[in-house]
Amino acid sequence: MTDGATWVDEALREHEQRERQERQAGPAASRQAATGPEREQQVLDRIDRARRRRPKIREERITMSHGSGGKATRTLVEAVFVDAFSNVLLEPLEDAAQLHLNGSRVALTTDSYVVSPLFFPGGDIGDLAVNGTVNDLAVSGATPLYLSAGFILEEGFAVADLTRIVASMKTAAETAGVQVVTGDTKVVQRGKADGCYINTAGIGVVEHDVSLGVANAQPGDAIIVSGPIGEHGVTIMLARGELDIEADIASDTAPLNGLIADLLSATTGVRALRDATRGGVATILNEVASSAGVGVQVNEDAIPVSAVVRGASELLGIDPMYVACEGRLVAVVAPEEASRALAAMRAHPLGTAAAVIGEVTAEPPGIVLLKTAFGGTRIVDLLVGDPLPRIC
Amino acid sequence: MRFVDEFRDADKAHALAAKIAELCEPGRQYKLMEVCGGHTHTIYKHGLEDYLPESITLVHGPGCPVCVIPMGRVDDAISLASEPGTIMTSFGDMMRVPGSKGSFFDAKAAGTDIRMVYSPLDSLKIARQNPDQRVVFMAIGFETTTPSTAMTVLRAAAEGLQNFSVFCNHVTIIPAIKAILDSPDLRLDGFIGPGHVSTVIGCRPYEFIARDYGKPVVVAGFEPLDILQSIYMLMVQLSEGRSEVENQYTRVVPWDGNLAALRAINQVMELRPYFEWRGLGFISHSAMRMRAEYAAFDAELLFEVPGVRVADPKACQCGEVLKGVLKPWECKVFGTACTPETPIGTCMVSPEGACAAYYNFGRLHRRRVVEVSIQ
Amino acid sequence: MCLGIPGEVIELLADQPDLARVDVSGVKRVINIGLLADDPPHPGEWVLIHVGFALSKIDEAEAATALQFLEGIGQAYADELAALQESRIE
Repeated sequence: MTDGATWVDEALREHEQRERQERQAGPAASRQAATGPEREQQVLDRIDRARRRRPKIREERITMSHGSGGKATRTLVEAVFVDAFSNVLLEPLEDAAQLHLNGSRVALTTDSYVVSPLFFPGGDIGDLAVNGTVNDLAVSGATPLYLSAGFILEEGFAVADLTRIVASMKTAAETAGVQVVTGDTKVVQRGKADGCYINTAGIGVVEHDVSLGVANAQPGDAIIVSGPIGEHGVTIMLARGELDIEADIASDTAPLNGLIADLLSATTGVRALRDATRGGVATILNEVASSAGVGVQVNEDAIPVSAVVRGASELLGIDPMYVACEGRLVAVVAPEEASRALAAMRAHPLGTAAAVIGEVTAEPPGIVLLKTAFGGTRIVDLLVGDPLPRIC
Repeated sequence: MRFVDEFRDADKAHALAAKIAELCEPGRQYKLMEVCGGHTHTIYKHGLEDYLPESITLVHGPGCPVCVIPMGRVDDAISLASEPGTIMTSFGDMMRVPGSKGSFFDAKAAGTDIRMVYSPLDSLKIARQNPDQRVVFMAIGFETTTPSTAMTVLRAAAEGLQNFSVFCNHVTIIPAIKAILDSPDLRLDGFIGPGHVSTVIGCRPYEFIARDYGKPVVVAGFEPLDILQSIYMLMVQLSEGRSEVENQYTRVVPWDGNLAALRAINQVMELRPYFEWRGLGFISHSAMRMRAEYAAFDAELLFEVPGVRVADPKACQCGEVLKGVLKPWECKVFGTACTPETPIGTCMVSPEGACAAYYNFGRLHRRRVVEVSIQ
Repeated sequence: MCLGIPGEVIELLADQPDLARVDVSGVKRVINIGLLADDPPHPGEWVLIHVGFALSKIDEAEAATALQFLEGIGQAYADELAALQESRIE
């Protein structure tokens, strides 16, 4: 019989070291051994401290979790990219960077698209590539203007498929009112690139006098979702054909800049906007809670989910709150403006099913709570692992 | 959703909770164990404990088949998967269970062909589509899942598939319950009995709990109202001084179980003389292996399996959590060195593990919970 | 792992006696009904689905009884609450 795992001992040593450092640096801790609920609270406090620590990459290799949009992605971004590139423009980690160029406020964003399969009910990788980047600009308060499009094509990929994808991009760009003004093409050998990968970057001008950001959320703010969640993720899962499931469902991919323009014109009470992609609505709620240091409380009953997404999620044991959308936004709105914001969204075709799903609270900071349909309460944490790989 | 939504009705929950509270004898504490990991998951997912009076504590049992897989078996599986020309297939819950050098997920990142499947039949499909590769199915689960593996092997045999085998880690629930009952650390008042295991084995196998140990058992469904109703039924028995086996999940569980399923299991598999359970040690006649007639589908015979026992890390207290002796937050490494992202033990990795359920869903001070729920 | 979900049988596959198409809230999937060989399900009946297999039939009568019990408790509770409210008004 061999002795346990060495990685466990290392992990434990590291944690003990950090705990000791913190205890030395912080106020003198109570030496009394607590019991019952007090002891539980002590443990919860310790966990809270552990969660706030600077993230560290433990893995030696990239795993699929790093691409899921959940905890592992965030750890990777903070520990590797932010750490290396560190600058004040990057740190907010919003959907787009806010730049000042010769007196204009410009938003800049980029996204890569690796969805499999390339074609699915409701759209294709081309639609995602345009709408996704348009949306990242729009939720930053910018009017999207220009896109770049870089293609990595696999040797053997059908030109007819490429043409089809590009046609989708053309239509999507026209609908969104943007132009693809520059691009690049690379070809890699058969077996790499799974057909086609696309990267798009986009710029837009921030014209409204608003400064949007999840860090602005305040207790009392309303949280609004623009429509039913999880449709894109479930569509992709079913389209992969591995699960032998048929359902009448299509991706919700859509450009949200029209809806957002209407919303921002109707009210000045919008504090933050995010589009719910990888990691779903739950990821955004967690970003609000941790960036602003507030609590978020949502009601399961109020979250719009279609019967099909519900059925597929129950069947597969996944939670729709973590399933990707590609045409839905989450808005944090000042409470006195919530009705006006909701009305503005519902007046737009992409927001007819918009709903208030919850509110920002002062306590408990950094935590997202869900009041279940059943009346109980549970936490909604960041996603761990990767239930639905290669969704977008 | 039919047969689901009706059993998630909050008003009925309040009614049941009131009735349960009425049945509590003043000054008495009640400890009820839910054996099944699926029940643990439901309890936390719906915030069910918020409905129970302070005098009733739910103790989480060992009915999580992922949680009881020893590190050594994970290593064995990864070793199988690493043989050239092999495709390993596994349920999603297994993917992040840690072995001594990492999980399936880590092995996959390093290049091993490990694929997630929803059903053992998906594994068969992969075998048909890849005739030049050897496809192995990592079979885990209690009696709920064992018949499905058995039926899959029967199908493979009927089709004459040459490249499909099963690495069998199926375990049985009764020896686990007996280990709990015989454990000196635990004084339980009653059991919320496994729901889906019972569709296969029926309710009779639990009779020894009521008869020999004097504890009531109620076989429960998986919706929150099912569990609340089962707790109510247990409390009625306790208040009347009875100890019997009752079935709350009558819409799904037949008293005699599923004979066709039991026949399939019996045809393909047999009980191992003993098997190691993580945290519970060796238990005799508690796990299945392939019968000699189906040796062609037994991965342990077809491949060289290291079979090295790996001791649980000393800091890991999964064993005590599994037995319900420790609450998740009472484990010294809970939430710090051991989190869902960086799990040390199985209780934190499996979506049905008590630690994962508590960390992901329940990690709140009770006072705050009461505040939120009352609104 | 214990994940079992109720689904309605929509059709039995003619060429494969072991298989049936089920509907779960609008999502359709083909599953194996071999474990119900002693009493196979018919279209319109509901089954409990676990990892691609039907483990058991859902007995609608029993489900109705279970719901009735819950309704009864719910009604009694509602009655009690109402009685409590009324007694306060006096």
